[in-house]
Amino acid sequence: MHEMSLCEGILQVLESEAEKQGFSRVRRVILDIGVFSGVEIPALEFAFEVVMRGSLAEQAILEINRLQAQAWCMACAETVEIQARYDPCPNCGGYQLQVGSGDEMRIKELEVD
Amino acid sequence: MCTVCGCGNGETSVEGEAHSHAHGHHHHDHAHHHHDHAHGDDMHFGQGPARAHAPGLSQSRMIEIEQNILGKNDEYAAANRRWLLARGVLALNLVSSPGSGKTTLLTRSITDLKDELPLSVIEGDQQTSNDAERIRATGVAALQINTGKGCHLDAHMVGHALEKLKPKPGGVLFIENVGNLVCPAAFDLGEAHKVAILSVTEGEDKPLKYPDMFHAADLMLLNKIDLLPYLDFDVEKCIDYARRINPKIQVLQVSATSGEGMARWYQWIRTARQMQLIDRPELLEAS
Repeated sequence: MHEMSLCEGILQVLESEAEKQGFSRVRRVILDIGVFSGVEIPALEFAFEVVMRGSLAEQAILEINRLQAQAWCMACAETVEIQARYDPCPNCGGYQLQVGSGDEMRIKELEVD
Repeated sequence: MCTVCGCGNGETSVEGEAHSHAHGHHHHDHAHHHHDHAHGDDMHFGQGPARAHAPGLSQSRMIEIEQNILGKNDEYAAANRRWLLARGVLALNLVSSPGSGKTTLLTRSITDLKDELPLSVIEGDQQTSNDAERIRATGVAALQINTGKGCHLDAHMVGHALEKLKPKPGGVLFIENVGNLVCPAAFDLGEAHKVAILSVTEGEDKPLKYPDMFHAADLMLLNKIDLLPYLDFDVEKCIDYARRINPKIQVLQVSATSGEGMARWYQWIRTARQMQLIDRPELLEAS
């Protein structure tokens, strides 16, 4: 979608955290990215390198945790794992699913010095 | 460009504002400390930025921050939402692919509702103010935001537009997003509802192809239904697909050209506005 913008967003967070927590160099950035977040991982990796150039996170290592999606099936009244938004419930085959997670786009941890 | 959106640095413009109104794109001159970590036999006693005199210990540390990447946009969106709620303005974010008939639908809606409700419009497009001009021709206040290279409106742009447009208290604000079914899904603008417009000249499986948008929308307007006799478009299937993605989505079938079904859409707007103003009857009668 707009991986370049996301990386700009990451950089903003890094810069404000650097000020708050007193670090000046970011070595590693660990992200949580849900499978429904619409993020293309290769595009994100490409954009990350480009956007971080000349910043406090130049050459930082990007690690991505892919998070699976979970949904609440109203018919089965239980939590199920799905691969796509249009997947039926793996138990009952119905579509009365409320997607509860999978759209995460989070900076989880940083290695800094 | 200033907030989360990196696409189109400096190319965003809000109509009537100087082109680059001090968008805070600081180019940060971060001092680049070059750490000589254990070069050959050199001893390194922490001459890094932390000045930690702890030989033998790495100065690197892990910090947990758990922050949303779009957190900045969400903060702006929350501010917009507070601003709109304080004034009792119902904001609807209209999203669709290019060519779904969004502007025609909007122009017709405005023409039919302007004597009844206080209306205003924010138009988002990459370039030109054609759409805002089409809206203004109806006599309703409209402001154009050009996103330049950007593929969506973000909450910061909309915040500026609100200050400039000053929608009337108790009114309805239509935000016509950039024609794009992908990116606008992720960017909360502070609206009360996202309304997705899908025309029957597109594929009926669009809700499956662009699930994020139909997941984020509260209402789907199925537009151009006057063309159904000439098309091989399965309405039931399309609605079924949309509900697979979003069991709660409401669907209305309309034609902005013939006017068919538009009364229901207007009723939807009135009801949403009444809900927004449920505890503020003085604003409800403002129109």
